[in-house]
Amino acid sequence: MSSLILILITGVGLGALYFLIASGLSLIYGLMHVLNFAHGAFLTAGAYAAWVVTPQLSGLGGWAFPVAVLVGMVTGALIGALVELLLIRPLYRRHIEQVLVTVGLGLMAVALFTGIWGPDPHPFPRPAWTTRTTTIGGAAIPNDRFLLIGAAGLLLIGLVLLLRHTRIGLIIRAGVENRTMVQALGIDVRRTFTLVFAIGGAAAALGGVLGSVYLGSVSPGQGTALLIYAFIVVVIGGFGSIGGTAIAALVVALVQQLANYYLYSGIGDVSVVLLLAAVLLIKPAGLTGRTA
Amino acid sequence: MTDILRLTGVQVRIAGSHILQGIDFAVPEGGVTAVLGRNGVGKTTTLRAILALVPSTGMIEFDGARIDGMPTHRIVRSGVGYVPEDREIFASLTVEENLKLAEVPGVRPDYDAVHELFPELHQRRKQRAGTLSGGQQQMVALARVLLGPARLLLVDEPTKGLAPKLVTEVGDVLARVAERTTVLLVEQSLPLVRRIADMAIVIDNGRVVHTSDARSLLADESLVNSLLGVAGTDIAPKAHRAPVIGAD
Repeated sequence: MSSLILILITGVGLGALYFLIASGLSLIYGLMHVLNFAHGAFLTAGAYAAWVVTPQLSGLGGWAFPVAVLVGMVTGALIGALVELLLIRPLYRRHIEQVLVTVGLGLMAVALFTGIWGPDPHPFPRPAWTTRTTTIGGAAIPNDRFLLIGAAGLLLIGLVLLLRHTRIGLIIRAGVENRTMVQALGIDVRRTFTLVFAIGGAAAALGGVLGSVYLGSVSPGQGTALLIYAFIVVVIGGFGSIGGTAIAALVVALVQQLANYYLYSGIGDVSVVLLLAAVLLIKPAGLTGRTA
Repeated sequence: MTDILRLTGVQVRIAGSHILQGIDFAVPEGGVTAVLGRNGVGKTTTLRAILALVPSTGMIEFDGARIDGMPTHRIVRSGVGYVPEDREIFASLTVEENLKLAEVPGVRPDYDAVHELFPELHQRRKQRAGTLSGGQQQMVALARVLLGPARLLLVDEPTKGLAPKLVTEVGDVLARVAERTTVLLVEQSLPLVRRIADMAIVIDNGRVVHTSDARSLLADESLVNSLLGVAGTDIAPKAHRAPVIGAD
């Protein structure tokens, strides 16, 4: 029983990590129809930014980690906004070129991080409390799972509040449905594009920092490795739907964890791909009915 | 009477097709100017070119200033409202949210005028727009542009797919709107055009082939038949009714 509890909570924690990465990806595609293959670079850049500044923050005591997380998120947001302004904006409606640019940027980012910090993983300076465990139902749950779940919960609430109760959220929701008509109502939708890229970059960077806490290290390829799961989550959840993304992230992570434990170690990844195929066959538009 | 809109040599090519081949016309300020023509001759493309929703060449002037080359949102902010073909309301948003989206920051939205014209929209403000009837959706599309300070409305086939009763009601609303705003109307219903339009512009094969007073054009059955390919019985006037939003 305790094993099941551990697997379930670990699965929810992993789902939270997937949600942190996939939420921005989903919003970016939903609003702008941009498949952002550079999204993993935002994640890795945020993780490295937090890793680099953490030693400089030792004087802040317990605040060092939150400040490092903030630095990582700001880094992700800035890179996201710059990528939109400099690379994506000149290529709107040129989808092939956009894909090529974001794929190239993602590859270049890995090479850049490798060139600067080397190819090997670096231990991530985790707060002591994240390395301890909390016992639930006889299962010793590592605290970093709760950190991920809490962060994803806060992001989900924040995004829902933004989308439901602000004008910018209204523009995003309308833009996901019909971007051209938003412009035809006199709204400069390009500003919203930049903001959505910044939000997506910040969320991915948060995922990068907390993923580094979860993994215990930071490495040049961690964004790329997680990006594939984020894409699977977005396709299953339905492009542009934050609720669908949250549900799909949980389902994907739980299937992965349960399959790895109860079937065969390593089969979790295959199970996720099979799940994706099944969803596409039964409900091609994803859980919330939105397609690419 | 001054012209509020003037198009000179406007051309549009889409995917290798030469849709507009040099459109020239002027729209006088006030009243309704109808754009007529057979299906596929470039009427909708003309409206979309004015709003920069399709790339075009040539000169487009609104209120004496050139707007060609400007982004869509700036053209709209300068005072051009757009009611597209098929309404294009935001189906997943409520009626209230559809209208809020059309509010212009810094400008007081004219909800009084909208609620006077479309009282049912206020009652249905919390309803998802996608669940409205076709007639009600058309009212949302019209209300969106009436909230702001638009001086020219581009209205594209507002009666398309509506029941005959609603066609009359939409016409009544447009006639009232035209009392305060210039309307450039693309419309297939000739009885409606006959009732509310002052001027008529006929487009064929991407060019303007006729411009005149709307009623004199529609009174000439042989001219209508040669320009639009419809029989005289299609242009019989219909009775006038007060505007009411109804389900179709």
